[in-house]
Amino acid sequence: MENLERIQSDILDKIKNVSDRNSYEKIKTEIFGKKGIITELFKKIGTLEQNERKEYASKLNFLKTKVNEILEKKIESFDQSEINKKLKNEKIDITLPGRSYFSGKIHPVSQVIDEVTSIFSEIGFSVEEGPDIENEYYNFSALNTPENHPARDMHDTFYLDHSKDLLLRTHTSPVQIRTMIKSKPPFKIIAPGRTYRHDSDQTHSPMFHQLEGLHIDKNINMGHLKGCLYYFVKKFFEVEKVKIRFRPSHFPFTEPSAEVDIGYKIEDGKIKIGDGDKWLEILGCGMVHPNVLKNAKVNPQKYQGYAFGVGIDRLAMLKYGINDLRAFFESDIRWLEFYGFDPLDVPTNYRGLSR
Amino acid sequence: MITSLSWLKNHLSTKANLNQISERLTEIGLEVENIKSSNENLDNFIVCKIVKAQKHPNADKLKICDVDTGSENLVKVVCGAQNARDGLFTVYAPPGAVIPKNNMKLKTAKIRGIESHGMLCSGHELEQSSDKEGIIELVKKEKNIGDKYFKNSGEKTLDIAITPNRPDCLGARGIARDLAASGLGQLKKQPSIKISQKFKSPIKVSIKKEKNQGCAIFGSVYIKNVQNKESPDWLKKRIVSLGLKPISAIVDATNYVMFDLNRPLHAYDADKINEEIIVRNSKKGESFEALDNKKYLLQNNMCTITDKTGVLGLGGIIGGTRSGTEFSTKNILLESAYFYPSRIRKTSKILNIDTDAKYRFERGIDPNSIKLGLELGMCIILDICGGEASKFSIVGKIKDERKTIELDPKKFYQTIGLSITSAEIKKILLSLGCVIKMSGNKIKVLPPTWRPDIKQDIDLIEELIRIKGYDKVPLINPEKENIKDTLNHKQKLFHFAQRSVASKGYIESVTWSFTDSKIDNHFSELKNEIRLSNPISSDLNVLRTSLYSNLIISAKKNIHRNFEDLMLFEIGPVFNGKEPGAQSTMIGAVKTGKHSRKNWIEKERNFDVFDIKNDAIRTLNEIGISSSNISVSNKSKKWYHPGRSGLLSLGSPSGPELAYFGEIHPSVVKKMDLRIENVLGFEIFLDNIPETRKKIREKKPQFVISDYQKVVRDFAFVIDEKYSSGEIINLVKKVDDKLIKHVKIFDVYQGDNITQGKKSIAFNVTLEPKDKTLSEKDIDQVSKKIISKVQEITGATLRS
Repeated sequence: MENLERIQSDILDKIKNVSDRNSYEKIKTEIFGKKGIITELFKKIGTLEQNERKEYASKLNFLKTKVNEILEKKIESFDQSEINKKLKNEKIDITLPGRSYFSGKIHPVSQVIDEVTSIFSEIGFSVEEGPDIENEYYNFSALNTPENHPARDMHDTFYLDHSKDLLLRTHTSPVQIRTMIKSKPPFKIIAPGRTYRHDSDQTHSPMFHQLEGLHIDKNINMGHLKGCLYYFVKKFFEVEKVKIRFRPSHFPFTEPSAEVDIGYKIEDGKIKIGDGDKWLEILGCGMVHPNVLKNAKVNPQKYQGYAFGVGIDRLAMLKYGINDLRAFFESDIRWLEFYGFDPLDVPTNYRGLSR
Repeated sequence: MITSLSWLKNHLSTKANLNQISERLTEIGLEVENIKSSNENLDNFIVCKIVKAQKHPNADKLKICDVDTGSENLVKVVCGAQNARDGLFTVYAPPGAVIPKNNMKLKTAKIRGIESHGMLCSGHELEQSSDKEGIIELVKKEKNIGDKYFKNSGEKTLDIAITPNRPDCLGARGIARDLAASGLGQLKKQPSIKISQKFKSPIKVSIKKEKNQGCAIFGSVYIKNVQNKESPDWLKKRIVSLGLKPISAIVDATNYVMFDLNRPLHAYDADKINEEIIVRNSKKGESFEALDNKKYLLQNNMCTITDKTGVLGLGGIIGGTRSGTEFSTKNILLESAYFYPSRIRKTSKILNIDTDAKYRFERGIDPNSIKLGLELGMCIILDICGGEASKFSIVGKIKDERKTIELDPKKFYQTIGLSITSAEIKKILLSLGCVIKMSGNKIKVLPPTWRPDIKQDIDLIEELIRIKGYDKVPLINPEKENIKDTLNHKQKLFHFAQRSVASKGYIESVTWSFTDSKIDNHFSELKNEIRLSNPISSDLNVLRTSLYSNLIISAKKNIHRNFEDLMLFEIGPVFNGKEPGAQSTMIGAVKTGKHSRKNWIEKERNFDVFDIKNDAIRTLNEIGISSSNISVSNKSKKWYHPGRSGLLSLGSPSGPELAYFGEIHPSVVKKMDLRIENVLGFEIFLDNIPETRKKIREKKPQFVISDYQKVVRDFAFVIDEKYSSGEIINLVKKVDDKLIKHVKIFDVYQGDNITQGKKSIAFNVTLEPKDKTLSEKDIDQVSKKIISKVQEITGATLRS
């Protein structure tokens, strides 16, 4: 029986000298190969006496495990030193910029439409739409604005024909009529969209956006109108308290009619909505005129309610501090990038309207 | 409408101050837009004294005056007036002042080499008189030097926005009445008139009975032996406060009555009227010169005031120069008439005339104010100009179309959400001039003649809450319950697609719905342009038929500012006809310039068709159309590069069109002067995206995970160049669409070693077995099938 201790120290001496993967492979074959030292030792087990076998085998296994462990450590150290060597050569200037990418933007008008829709969705309104081209009836007559009425002067109209029957809608109010005619009450809708007036200067643009609101049911009174708009203004401007004034006015399609002003002040050259001693007109509203209900085939004896119209572009200007209305539609990439919104900023109730 | 506190106090006894009045007016719907000094500029004009006037060394007719303006130093003013002399008190205007006559703003200037600091003024220049000769001579004392010349210019005026339903408030009295109704004072009674009117007007008046006659009543008074002159101070100040120019006592008196009682009057020089007044419809071709010094050519059926000679003026709109009053006028005819609003509006629209009278008549004048207007106008004129007045002549009449309205106080509660007592209703409506009769629980109301807007009970309800105050309306919190979904399918699609495109790096733009026909024609397949009859400018003359027109104009503007690498999109309507509804919703997107420029990490490269194709397909994927349902074909539109564009359609090349994409045609790019070569774009037809019956979650099959190895095999063929990659992919997939998961082209080559007219195409096929591991034999079998299918159909040869 060989002296396993001596063999072990021989093997360990050999391993000690292993310095690269080649000599490692060689040593491994010398030890564990078909004719390797340890393989040979195992072959001897069969030649031993029964009583010696057990002890021998146990010692031999111990030796095998130990050698294996040492070899594994050796290979790990090779891996490690190779990686370390690699890492040393792989240092880059991490401050260099990465590859090109593009960030899109959502236009403020679209963002505000989404914000407003989110708010009204919470209090039960759904969205309706109507055509941009209207005829005279839906835009004016059905809305209790007869021909030769001075109220028509307030709307400088784009016409598509010389008989002045086809026109670009001057407000979103025709959607009220279209909605009521095609369905049955109750109605609780908002209608955002493009509107057009023949007017172009610093504060007027020939195209702008409005949002129409209509709520018709059996017992809807002016108190509901007030509550709805108060809720809207508070939510939209994201302020706890807001000063609101309902001021009598006149629209042919509502009676009584009101304009709504909100309080504001100028702080550090910026407009602050909510309180202050100045008033800013933001929307027009009123109780739908019985003539309008009749024109839309709704019985004014049974149903009543309110309507309102608000300028979307103006809301965007107020909330996001944009000064020039005309810049909205000029597609200057610098403006769009500055005022635009990340497409992931979807206004929601639970996550907040704006960041 | 402009008025002032002192003017309102002619009609209202009140202790309220200007601010209280102003606030109350806004609260009751007469919105005060502005409170301003009647004319701040007039405060600039100062009483001064010429200390010394010397001849200008370089000009015979000019003088250099040392002027005492009340400040420390004397001021040097060059003056051309003959009457400029030592010791004269006159009016000084400093640099910065605006001369009323010609709206010139004074500056310090050298006149013939001598610096002049301001100006000494004539009555003409200050619109105080027609006296152009010399500067104003004042009788003043030393202590007056430095005083403001325009004494009462300090009174502030209220500029009130009067809504079209309230013609009665286009006069001070109407406003005073509303204030009184709201509890801010008491409406004064109109003083009664005691003038002896003994003789009959020598001018006969008749209203011709004819269809479309625009005049209902024509009242007049003849005043003889007047002496027209400048108005006295009180009247001038009223006129100036309105922003009008004082002209003469007679004209100023008519204007005063208009703004006092909302009662337009017109004064004729009676001696210039040929015999009689006939109110009749005009005939086409008649013309006259109006007081705005323009000649108007009339059409048929315009309401004209005429005499034996012809047209004198347009009734209720504007008078004519032929019968205009002058300072020399001796006898006048004062008119107070009622014209129908719709006729006034029609005529003034056609002729494009806007006057204060027209503005009032088209809104509706109180038909009962004819006599009142004549009385007040006559009194003022007699007072200032003297003379003797005839009896009133009132021709014609008007049907009283007012109806008694039945008002149920309950309805007020139903509409407003607030209750009101009958007593309160009565009080408010009486103070507004209504006649009231109680009838059980209901109230019968006859509105006053000056309120043509009150026609039904809802109008009375508005009056009541307006006077009571909108702040009394209760606030009822909204209910949070939905009747139906907020958005329908199309609307959801719109919002989703919008953010989908933006998330690919595109910047959303919102452009006009109208555009330049010359540009739009590049992108239009319509036979007829959709023209506006009154475009705002010639380059916005049609409705757009494509989103490309404005997007590419926008791109161009940015490119010309050296922003060349752009990704812009718009989502919105394009039009295909003039009828309501002739529009569809589209997405248009453009990409110009380079994907990457000189860059340490990437090769510089242009955006190309495959960028834009990917953007279009990914957007369609994201809005719910899977790639397997999108057919790509080379069908195109005239505005695309014919070889580098295509169609994405649903299911098959002939399926519904989902999108076009590609390079914009080089000749369009050139014609539009984009100064950049590669302009790419896609257009998505949102209206063609089908609404599926099932939601995506419902359509998804059960998720099955395969434990078996996937296998990838490469193939390369030499094939006729007419076969597109898409065709080959489809061909291969069909061999076993259960097993073959992907076919991916990895190389396409034409050139050396490949026969002309052929191309080499290489692709790999991914096999994903579901039920077993594929053996070499299985794989070989599928490979053979693929090879033979491709060879069989296309005649391709396998490349080794």
